[in-house]
Amino acid sequence: MTADTGAAPGGRAPLGALRRPLSRIRAALREGWQIARGITGERAYEIYLEHHRRTHPGVPAMGEREFWRWYVDRGDTHPGSRCC
Amino acid sequence: MRVVVWTAVALVGAGAWSVLALSRGEEISAAWLIFAALASYAIGYRFYARFISYRVLRVDDTRATPAERLNNGTDFHPTDRRVLYGHHFAAIAGAGPLVGPVLAAQMGYLPGTIWIILGVIFAGAVQDMVVLFFSMRRDGRSLGQMAREEIGPVGGVAALVAVLAIMVILLAVLAMVVVNALADSPWGAFSLVMTIPIALFMGCYLRYLRPGRVMETSAIGVVLLLLAIAGGGWVNEHPVLSELFHFSHNELTFGLIIYGFVASVLPVWLLLAPRDYLSTFMKVGVVALLAVSIIVTMPTLRLPAFTDFAFNGEGPVFAGSLFPFVFITIACGALSGFHSLISSGTTPKLIEKESQVRMIGYGSMLTESFVAVMALVAACVIDPGVYFAMNMPAGALGDTVQSAAAAVTQLGFTVTPETLQSTAAMIEENSVLARTGGAPTFALGAALIFSEVSAIFGAAMTAFWYHFAVMFEALFILTTVDAGTRVGRFMLQDTLGNIYKPMRDVSWKPGLWLTSALVVAGWGYFLWAGVNDPLGGINQLFPLFGIANQLLAAVALAVCTTLLIKSGRAKYAWVTLVPLAWDAVVTLTASWQKVFSSDPAIGFFAQRAQYVEALENGETSLGAAQSVEQMRQVVVNTTVDGILAAVFALLVIVILVDAARVWVKALRAGGRLPTTETPHVPSRLWAPSGLIATREERATARQLAEAGAGSGTGAEPAGTAER
Repeated sequence: MTADTGAAPGGRAPLGALRRPLSRIRAALREGWQIARGITGERAYEIYLEHHRRTHPGVPAMGEREFWRWYVDRGDTHPGSRCC
Repeated sequence: MRVVVWTAVALVGAGAWSVLALSRGEEISAAWLIFAALASYAIGYRFYARFISYRVLRVDDTRATPAERLNNGTDFHPTDRRVLYGHHFAAIAGAGPLVGPVLAAQMGYLPGTIWIILGVIFAGAVQDMVVLFFSMRRDGRSLGQMAREEIGPVGGVAALVAVLAIMVILLAVLAMVVVNALADSPWGAFSLVMTIPIALFMGCYLRYLRPGRVMETSAIGVVLLLLAIAGGGWVNEHPVLSELFHFSHNELTFGLIIYGFVASVLPVWLLLAPRDYLSTFMKVGVVALLAVSIIVTMPTLRLPAFTDFAFNGEGPVFAGSLFPFVFITIACGALSGFHSLISSGTTPKLIEKESQVRMIGYGSMLTESFVAVMALVAACVIDPGVYFAMNMPAGALGDTVQSAAAAVTQLGFTVTPETLQSTAAMIEENSVLARTGGAPTFALGAALIFSEVSAIFGAAMTAFWYHFAVMFEALFILTTVDAGTRVGRFMLQDTLGNIYKPMRDVSWKPGLWLTSALVVAGWGYFLWAGVNDPLGGINQLFPLFGIANQLLAAVALAVCTTLLIKSGRAKYAWVTLVPLAWDAVVTLTASWQKVFSSDPAIGFFAQRAQYVEALENGETSLGAAQSVEQMRQVVVNTTVDGILAAVFALLVIVILVDAARVWVKALRAGGRLPTTETPHVPSRLWAPSGLIATREERATARQLAEAGAGSGTGAEPAGTAER
C-alpha cells in the first residue's frame, strides 16, 4: 500500500487532469471521504477482501454480512481500550 | 525561505507568550492563548519530535513494520497514516482533557496553560511516541508485557496493579462527572437515557439491515441524538415527563452502576460498537466545531492569570498549591499515562512506516493537548464568580443562591444571587450550584462560545448548546465506562485464571458475570462514596485519579528509559528520563502531601484525625459534614483514600527502584543488554512520513505508482523516506 491507498480504488486521477482545479478539488474530496471512512472503520471489509484475494487466491472469502459479524464479535473476546 | 517561516512562527509564539505572562489585571483575548499553543506545538513537532525520531529512536524506514510483516487483513495491516492518526486520536481523547483544565482554572489560566503546553511537548507527546515506537519494534506488545520482559517480574506486577487501580478510580471519577452533570436536570437526563435506544437501534441496523454501513448508521445516529437533545427541551417543560426524568444524585449513581454491569455483559455489537461509532463521530465533529468557534469569536478570558489559590493552597475546587497539584489535576492533555496503553495496543500493529510514529504518536497527543487548551478557554470565558459557584462542593455553598453568592464573594470573586439565577435560567436548568466535575462548566463555556456563533445566524440557543455539550461529554464517559469495565474484567479474568482455570475462558458466562460484577462493584463503591462525600467527591477523588494516571506514566517512561539504555542509547536517555524524574517528583510530592500533610484540607489522615477527634468529643457537625453519620462517612472515606494514595506512592518507588537496577546492570555491561526487539526484515512498502506529503514524496509516490501500475497495491520497490 502506498501513499494513496487511503484513497478509493480508482481515486487517483490521471496526471494531466490533476492540473485542472475542478477535478483536483474533486480528487481531494474523494480522498478526504475515504480517510473519514477509514477512521470510522467502514473500510474493514474492503481491506480484508483485498488481503484475502492477494494471499489466498482461489479460496472463497467471507461474505460481507458474515465478515462484519465475525469482525464485530471479536470485540467480545478482545476488548479495545478507550482512554479518558 | 524555511528559516523565514520558522523564525516567524517563533516570533508569534514568543509574542503570544509574553502577552499571556505579562498581562496583569486586564482581561485578554483567548487568541493569545491559542497562538501561544499553536506556535509552540509547531516548533516542538518540527524540531524536538524530529530530533527524537531520527537521533534518539533512529526510525528506520527500510525495516518492515509489524503491520507489513504480519499483515492478516484485520488486526495487522498497513494503514494510511492519516486514517491511523484519526484512529489513534479517537482512542486517546475522551472526557479527560475537558475536565482537568477546567478544575485547574481555579488557579487562573496561566498555570494550566504553561503545563498543558510544555508538558505535552517535553513529556506527554514524548511518552506516547516512544512507547508507540518500542511497542512497534516488538510486534505490538502491551505495556505490561514490556515492563515484565524488559524490567522484570516486580515491575510487571506493579504495572498490572497500576493499570487496574487507575481503571477503577478513572471510571468512578468519570461516572461522578456524569452524575453531577445530570442530577436534577430532566433535560440532560432525558437526552442521555435516549442514547441507549439510539445505540441499540444503530446496533441492530448495522447487524441486520445494512452490515458495514458505518458512516450511514453513524449519520442516522447523530441526527437522532440531536433530536433527543432538542426533545429534552420539550421534556423539561412537560409537567409529567420532567418529573419522570428528574433524578437525584443517588438514583443516577445506582442507575449508572446497573447500566455499567448490563452494558459490559451484553454482546459488543448491540451497544458498545454503535456507541463507539457515535462517540468517534461526535468527538471529531465537536472538537473541530469548537476550534472554529473559538477562532471566529475570539472570546475574552475573564479569569485572571493567577488567583490567590495558586499560592495559598486553599482553593475550593481542589486543595493544595500550584506545585504539585496543577500537574496532578491536568493529566490528559499534558501527560497521561493511560495513553501508553493505546500506544502499545492497536496502533503499533497498524502503522505503515516507522517514521510515522512522529505524526501518529506525537501529533495525536499535540491535538489532544489543543483540546485541553480549548477546555481551559471555555472555563475562562465564564464569569469567575459563576465558575466558583459551579465548582465548589455543595456543603460549602449552602442551599440557596444567596448563601452561594455570599460564599463565593467571601473568596474574593463578587457575584450576585441574580447572576447565578439568570445563568441557570439561560441554560434552562434549576440551578448551577455545585455542578462539580468540570463537565457542566465546560458545557457552559462552550455554550457561550457556540451561541455567539449561532447568534450570527439569528439564534443563540444557549440552552440547546449547553445540553449538547453535556450530552457529548456524557456520551464519551458512558463509552469509557462500558469499555473500561470490559478491559478491567479481562484483566481480572486473566489473573483469577491462575487460581481457577475456567475463569480464563472469556466465554464462560458465570465467570464473566462474576468478574464484571467485581469490577463494577470496585468503581461503583468509589462512585457512591464520592457522590455522598460531604466534602465533595471531586474535591477528594480527583487528586487520586491524577496520581493514578501519573503513576501509569511513570511505568511507561521507566520502560522507555530502560529500553533506551539497554539498546545502547544511554546518552539520549534524558529524553524520557527527565520527564520521568519530573513525573516522579510530582507524584511523590502529591502523595506525600495527601498522606502526611498536617493541613486537614490536604492530608487525608489529618482530615481523618480531625473528624475522629470531633466524634470522640461528641460533636454532631464539623465543617461541611452536618451530622454524625456524615462525619463517620468522612472518616471512612479519608481512610480509604489515604491508604490508596500511600499505595500509589509505594508503587512508583517500587517501579523506579526496579528499573534503576536494570539501568545499572545495563551500564555495567557496557551500555547494552539484549532486548526483545524483533530482527530487521527489509520493507517492501513506501509511504510518506508526515501528514502532508512533501514535494519529493509526491514525486516518489508518482514514480512508484507508474512502476507498479496494475499491481493494486503499487508497492513493488522498497524506498526510504529519509525526510
